Amino acid sequence: MTILVIAEHTNDHLSDATAKTVSAATKIGGDIHVLVAGSGASAAAEQAAKISGVAKVLHAEDDHYAKQLAEPMAALILSLADDYDVLMAPAGTDGKNYMPRVAAKLDVMQVSDIIAVESADTFQRPIYAGNAIATVQSSDAKKVITVRGTAFDAPAMDGSASVETIGAAEFPSISEFVKEELTKSDRPELQGAKIVISGGRALASGENFEKYIYPVADKLGAAVGASRAAVDAGYVPNDMQVGQTGKVVAPELYIAVGISGAIQHLAGMKDSKVIVAINKDEEAPIFQVADYGLVADLFEAMPELEKAL
Amino acid sequence: MKVLVPVKRVIDYNVKVRVKPDQSDVDLANVKMSMNPFDEIAVEEAVRLKEAGTAEEVIAVTIGPEKAQDQLRQALAMGADRAILIETTETVEPLSVAKLLAKVCEEESPQLVVMGKQAIDDDCNQTGQMLAALMGWPQGTFASAVTKEGDKLHVTREIDGGLQTVALNLPAVVTTDLRLNEPRYASLPNIMKAKKKPLDKKSPSDYGVEITARLKTLKVTEPPKREAGIKVGSVADLVEKLKNEAGVL
Repeated sequence: MTILVIAEHTNDHLSDATAKTVSAATKIGGDIHVLVAGSGASAAAEQAAKISGVAKVLHAEDDHYAKQLAEPMAALILSLADDYDVLMAPAGTDGKNYMPRVAAKLDVMQVSDIIAVESADTFQRPIYAGNAIATVQSSDAKKVITVRGTAFDAPAMDGSASVETIGAAEFPSISEFVKEELTKSDRPELQGAKIVISGGRALASGENFEKYIYPVADKLGAAVGASRAAVDAGYVPNDMQVGQTGKVVAPELYIAVGISGAIQHLAGMKDSKVIVAINKDEEAPIFQVADYGLVADLFEAMPELEKAL
Repeated sequence: MKVLVPVKRVIDYNVKVRVKPDQSDVDLANVKMSMNPFDEIAVEEAVRLKEAGTAEEVIAVTIGPEKAQDQLRQALAMGADRAILIETTETVEPLSVAKLLAKVCEEESPQLVVMGKQAIDDDCNQTGQMLAALMGWPQGTFASAVTKEGDKLHVTREIDGGLQTVALNLPAVVTTDLRLNEPRYASLPNIMKAKKKPLDKKSPSDYGVEITARLKTLKVTEPPKREAGIKVGSVADLVEKLKNEAGVL
């Protein structure tokens, strides 16, 4: 069995989810190679070489790969696919974008967002916003899989795989990058953070996130998330949304502030180790999953919490 | 241009699903079904393109049981011009759906396909990307803004780090994210009018597409249950418990 893991990275930085995808690959078993396709991505390739269990890193350099657009990425992955039995990627917005494109061209039914490997062809994946877990067996000869990073342990970073430079594939010139607006933050990344504090509709404005959530987050060294309602209302940017269709997090501590706890939100955080809910409505469904619930007005409780830390 | 909008009949997003005792599937008997919320956003976007004069015709298509006509009628009531039902009682996987949609694209030659980024039942997030691949078209997934700029389509995408805008050649596939628009409610007169709009019925075999499943569901189980914990009386209590009981601070 030979497995290709497609790295998720920002050229200078490899995502934690990539390493966790290698953990999932280790459970399938076999030779594991990692593909790092980017522009100025040597740093990411070197980080990939350190992931324990990786035999070889394939490094493809070209401007076309700088922004991970689906069309060139899929073309490159397809050009390598013959040599592999399994193609895997983290189920982030990059992997979700190009992997189904690869799967369709290979005439393979992708297994999305796996949370456990039972055997080389059998996997668990959440369905219905995580309210059910399906165990599925793939009959395809080649497997295309995306992996939910939070479900797998981070491997050791003591490897020393060789890095092999490979050529670029053909470019389907049907799409191009125009621009990006990336959210800049000094706080930890949502998906790797040990503590996440999220705000909901009850915050009532972006200013209140600044005033009531961020100070506590900074004291705790926490990442900041939000419910869909808070993102829809424009209080915070889209990349902060935690939930079924946003980001899935599983930190040591998750603090939900002014979030009622719709099933779609719970889908994104209910695997957290300890959940705290602060909400003034004691009937809010979030309390049904919280280890510690505080029925209180967040505008009073949060400044108090900031002082107490 | 012509716009194709694939929609899916799924469990209503407000319903909490239950797993069947025999672990064969979730229980969908007597459960409220609706149009996949992301597909509603797709229908709305297509109708807005038509209202803005960018699109001339909007065609809704679904693959599903006879009852999936309800969702097509909803799309027609929201403003789609006609609909196609590819009728089957089988569970059709995203790959097969993409193959069927590719056939519809060959027949109808739309310039744009707009569809939900994922269905809230299987949560696969694949079909749009697969369709784009099969057609050799570009894709703008997880869209929060779509504009036509000359002969290109500019799609702003919600990505993990923020927002990314790509320019796509047409024809193209766009998959919708939550913030693309707020779908309208169909008015009663439009619901009545929708009943008279054309709805074609087809079957997968009409398109010569094999819909055999590649994934076998061995079992469906409940996720580990989380029990409600305790209520604390004050912020001080909370901090004390997090430090000394949970040990996470």
